[in-house]
Parts: sequence; structure tokens; C-alpha cells
Amino acid sequence: MARTQVVTGQVEDLHLVGLTKRFGTMTAVDALDLTIPAGSFFALLGPSGCGKTTTLRMVAGLEDPTEGAILIGEQDVTQLRPYQRPVNTVFQSYALFPHLDIFENVAFGLRRRGIKDVKKPVEDMLELVELGAMARRKPGQLSGGQQQRVAVARALINQPDVLLLDEPLGALDLKLRRQMQIELKRIQTEVGITFVHVTHDQEEAMTMADTVAVMNNGRIEQMGSPVDIYENPRTAFVANFLGQSNLLPGQVVGREDGVTVISAHNATFRIPTARVATDGDSVVVGVRPEKVTVRAKDRAGDLSGRNVLEGVVTDASFTGLSTQYLVRTAWGQELQVFSQNLSADDIVRLGDDVVVSWDPIHSFGLDGASDLHAGMDKELLALQSGDEPAQVG
Amino acid sequence: MPAVVPSAATAHGSDEATVRRSRRSTPYLLLAPGLGWLAVFFVVPLFASLATSLQVPLVEGDPDQGYTQGFAVQNYVNAITEYWPQFLKSFLYAGIATLLALCIAYPLAYFIAFHAGKWRNIMLILVVAPFFCSFLIRTYAWKTILADQSPVTQFLNALHLLPDDRILNTPLAVITGIAYNFLPFMTLPLYAALERIDFRLIEAGGDLYGSAWTTFRKVTFPLSLPGVVAGTLLTFIPAVGDFINAQLLGSVKDKMIGNVIDSQFRIVRDYPMASALSFLLMAATLTIVFLYIRRAGTDDLV
Repeated sequence: MARTQVVTGQVEDLHLVGLTKRFGTMTAVDALDLTIPAGSFFALLGPSGCGKTTTLRMVAGLEDPTEGAILIGEQDVTQLRPYQRPVNTVFQSYALFPHLDIFENVAFGLRRRGIKDVKKPVEDMLELVELGAMARRKPGQLSGGQQQRVAVARALINQPDVLLLDEPLGALDLKLRRQMQIELKRIQTEVGITFVHVTHDQEEAMTMADTVAVMNNGRIEQMGSPVDIYENPRTAFVANFLGQSNLLPGQVVGREDGVTVISAHNATFRIPTARVATDGDSVVVGVRPEKVTVRAKDRAGDLSGRNVLEGVVTDASFTGLSTQYLVRTAWGQELQVFSQNLSADDIVRLGDDVVVSWDPIHSFGLDGASDLHAGMDKELLALQSGDEPAQVG
Repeated sequence: MPAVVPSAATAHGSDEATVRRSRRSTPYLLLAPGLGWLAVFFVVPLFASLATSLQVPLVEGDPDQGYTQGFAVQNYVNAITEYWPQFLKSFLYAGIATLLALCIAYPLAYFIAFHAGKWRNIMLILVVAPFFCSFLIRTYAWKTILADQSPVTQFLNALHLLPDDRILNTPLAVITGIAYNFLPFMTLPLYAALERIDFRLIEAGGDLYGSAWTTFRKVTFPLSLPGVVAGTLLTFIPAVGDFINAQLLGSVKDKMIGNVIDSQFRIVRDYPMASALSFLLMAATLTIVFLYIRRAGTDDLV
């Protein structure tokens, strides 16, 4: 019960209004308009250099915006110094004070605000992050995961309106990261404070956040619930950065009954019009690899009502849980297919002629002018472009 | 196959033992030149000096006749009773000069560490630049700077800030001279300590409701303490024994213990007294440094 008492003040929405930051000629954050509802777990997701950390630092007051305003509820905090804002930060690699013990690290904010009796709140907070026994240790004596929890406790104890987390799990190994994701989500649910979480790890963002904003080149590409933006990406960047996608550029040949019909490479694809992000006639057809079914051509079965393509299997890797295929189409594009291992009969082999198909409701349509490689993993991209000459040869 | 493996392993094992033996001796080989140097030029003179400090004159009352080895603890008693004011003055001047150097060097080191940007290396070179010129020449230059007719003195006089209407030949000149001469010894360790501080810690201080001043007091300064301790020791220890500044910049009344030892050796030729004074200076300095380090508690710092 003590835990739910952590929040006493009224939590307020965070508003960013036309927030812009330029470093010389480089625009890091470009006229960002954003409202983050009170009490939500919000993730700013994007590759390094997309402006997400700069945005966070402006909210914290560590960076001055070039233009725009930051409001917490009705209060404009744009001109306030960091120590005057009802905002606390969990820094990347924690920035715990090495000369103070854990207790004093956590008590730091309370003491600076002139609160005399810090013993009880600090002990409660250490209890919340399950580090009560470590109070008198120095940060250097703690493991990475423990330091991470101290950093969260040190910020949370101040009952900020907004808690900012800058890549908080980046320094942890994979197993610990998973654990801390669950832990952070639990803490957020318990304290009810708005968490704004900056990360480049899409899985982390989707696991923890209620709302994910995908950021690229200083702008928000798309914002919504994790399911929403995963299932219905509106830009090629989001389609590639958040999970993987197969993208086929084509032309609209008809729009009827809420369905858009697109022709590409002599094949016809149907997409629910609500899932097409453009009104133009040039549309990129997209589908996630796990939505696609692959069957040997001679035993394809009934494919009516599905979007269908033919190709040859050029790569098959069995991972136990699923098999990942690469299927080359007649025009040389390689489609990715993740196939769950439901039945051994479904398995197709390298070099097989196959039919790939998917339900139209799993298609999405993007603006035809999109850069189809936007948001792709750079290493993966280099690998693929490295492959292409070999294929030609 | 199984027969080959063990024999290969034993051959390998004996090789390893040889390697291990030679590895164990490596540290001592590395230490040898330093230890040898210290033995010849530090330990031997130290004991020679200790022996000298206990010598007695061959002819009572006539030091010109030379000295013979004795066990005259009285030399130490004489040294203290006769020269305690100079001892006191040395520690006082050196202490004030160290504080003054700290007050000048800290902001300088802070600026170089956090705000100098691309000028950082140039500024560091400028800090060290005085070393390209001899200590003695620099102190002579300081004599000109502080002379009665110099702009500095005249300016301060115009403001009626100088009690004696002059700087040269006053304790003030000695103290400022010491502070100036040892400034790089203060600045460099401070810079090294400040430069190591993760700037995010200072940001975190601000984020956790510390104003700029509070964050400095509670975060930056404590984290720079190793540099403060190193800098003050590097300044204080040589400053206590210094005699150039008092000689060139001070009056006869401002003699420090270094001047006394110097004149006892070179002019009076009372070697036992000079040695006893040296030993007392060493003991007093060690005591002060020891207490200071315990007080500063640098062991607690990471």
C-alpha cells in the first residue's frame, strides 16, 4: 500500500509546441508538436541522430530550444532552468554520484529541495526498486541492473510530473534488459507518473510503451499504440524500422467498396483503402513477412480472395520456432517470409517453385514516392547490396 | 593419439614454468634503476645528513675548526628555540600562497576542462609555458613587476590598497611570488581531476534540483577533491622549503626557513645546525601532509 502513496501531486499532460532545435545548419528537432497524456508510458523510438535524445534534453532543460515551447499542464517551462522543472531524468549510463552512497544518491533531490526528513521516503523508494539492503553501498559496488534501478529511484522519489528515460537499458545485457523492461513497466504502473522513454530498440519500445512515436530526421513519422503502428505503418521508414516489411511499388487501377486495387509487375493486389496512406495513384504495397504464407506451386490450394505472387525459394533457414524464407520473384526482388512450423507438410525447399499469398487485410499501402530502404538496418542493407552484384554475376 | 597428448602437455608445462619464473622477476628488473637511483642519491644522503645533524664542533665555540661525529640532540633543541619564528613564517607563507594558488587555479582549470573547447590544448600549453624559463629568472621578473615604481604597485597605491605603500620587500611579495611560481603545479592536477568528471553528473545535479552553485558544492567540488589534494600538496611542500622568493622578493624580516638553512650551510657553515633544521622541516612537513590527507579522506573517493 505504501507504494501507491508515492504520487501525491496532480499529474499533468506534457505538451511540446512547435519545438525546434538547430545546431548550426543542422536541424536536430523539426517543429515537433506532441501531447503526451498524463500517466502514460510514452516511447520516442528512432535511430541514432533522429533527434529523440535532443527532444528529451530540451524537456529536461539541459538543451535550449531554438524555437517552440514546452508546457506541463498549463505551465510554460521553456525558460526554466533544469532544477526549476517538475521533471527528472534517468540518464544514459545512469550518472550516479560516485562519491555518495545509494541512500544519499536517492536522497539528493529531496535534500536540494530542503526536505528534512528523508529517511522514510528514501527507504520506501529503495523498497520499491528492491534495493533496501544496498542503501550504504557506493554505486561502484553495484551491478549494472542495480545501478539502473538506483537511477530510477533517484529520479522517481522527487515525484516529478514527467520522468524522462534516456536509453535507460542500453548498457545492460539482453537477459537483464528483458527483466528491466518488465520491472520498469511495473514501476510505472505503480506510481502512475508519465514516463517518456527514448530508445532505438523497437522491441523495448513496443514491450513497455502505451504509445510509441517513431522519430526520423527530427520529425515524428508515426505515432500510436505499438499494435497500431506495427500492423498499419504509414511510411516506409516505419515499415522497415519497426520490424521488417516486403515493399512492392505499383499503380492504383481501381478503388471500390473500401478496397484499393493495385497493379504491380503484372500482378494485382487488394488493400483496404483505410490502410492506404496516400490518395495518389502511385502506391507501394507492403506486407509483414509473418503474414505471408508460402506453398509449393503444385499444392497451393484455393487462393481466391488472397494477394498472390509466384517465385523461387532462394534461402531457407530453419529456426525451430519458424522457418525464414527468401523468395525471389520473376523480376528479381527477394521477399521475406516467416512461416510458423505448424506442419512438416508445409515446408518447402531451396529451389522450389512456390506461391506466396496473404490476406488483403494484412496489406498496407504507402506513398509511391517513398524510399523503400528508409529505416532499414544499415548493416543489413550493406549485406544485401553486397549480395546483389553476386546475383547478377 | 592419446599417447601424444600427455607428453605434449608436459613439455608445454615446463615451458610455462620457465615463463612464469621470468615473469616473476620482471617487476624487480623494472624497479631496479629507480631503486638504485634512490638508494645512491636519496637514502645515503639522508643518513649522511642525519649523522651531520648530530655532530659536535671539534673545538667548542669555534666552528671553523670543523666537526666530529657525536650525538648532540641539543642541536635540535637549539634549532627550534632559535628559529621557530622562521619555521612558523614558512608554514604561514606557504599555506597562504597555496590557498591563493588554489583560488586562482581552480576557476582556470574548471574553464579549461569544461569550456575551453578547441582552445583546450593551447591553454594547457600556456599553463606550462612558464617552465620554459628558469625559476630564478621568473622570480627576478616578478621583482620588476612588483617594484615600487611599477604600474601594478602604482595602481594599487592609487586605490590605497597597500598598507606599506609598496609590495616589494613585504610578505605580500613573497606570498604572491610563491603562488605564481607554483601555479602550474596546482592547475594541472586540478585540470586532470575536473576533466575526468562525467559532465552528465553535473547535469544530473541540475536535474535533481541543485542550482549551479549547489551542484558545484555537492557534486563537482567533491569529485575534484583528488585534484585539490594533489595540487595543494605539490604546491605546499616545495613552497615551505623555498628560499628564492623570500630572498629576492622579501625583506630581511621575511626570511623563511629555507633562507636560514641556506645561510647556515653556505655562510655560517654550521652544518649540524643546517642539517637539524632540514630534518625538522622534513618532519613538520610530513606531519602536516599526513594530517591533511587523513582529513581530506581521499581514500573514500572513487
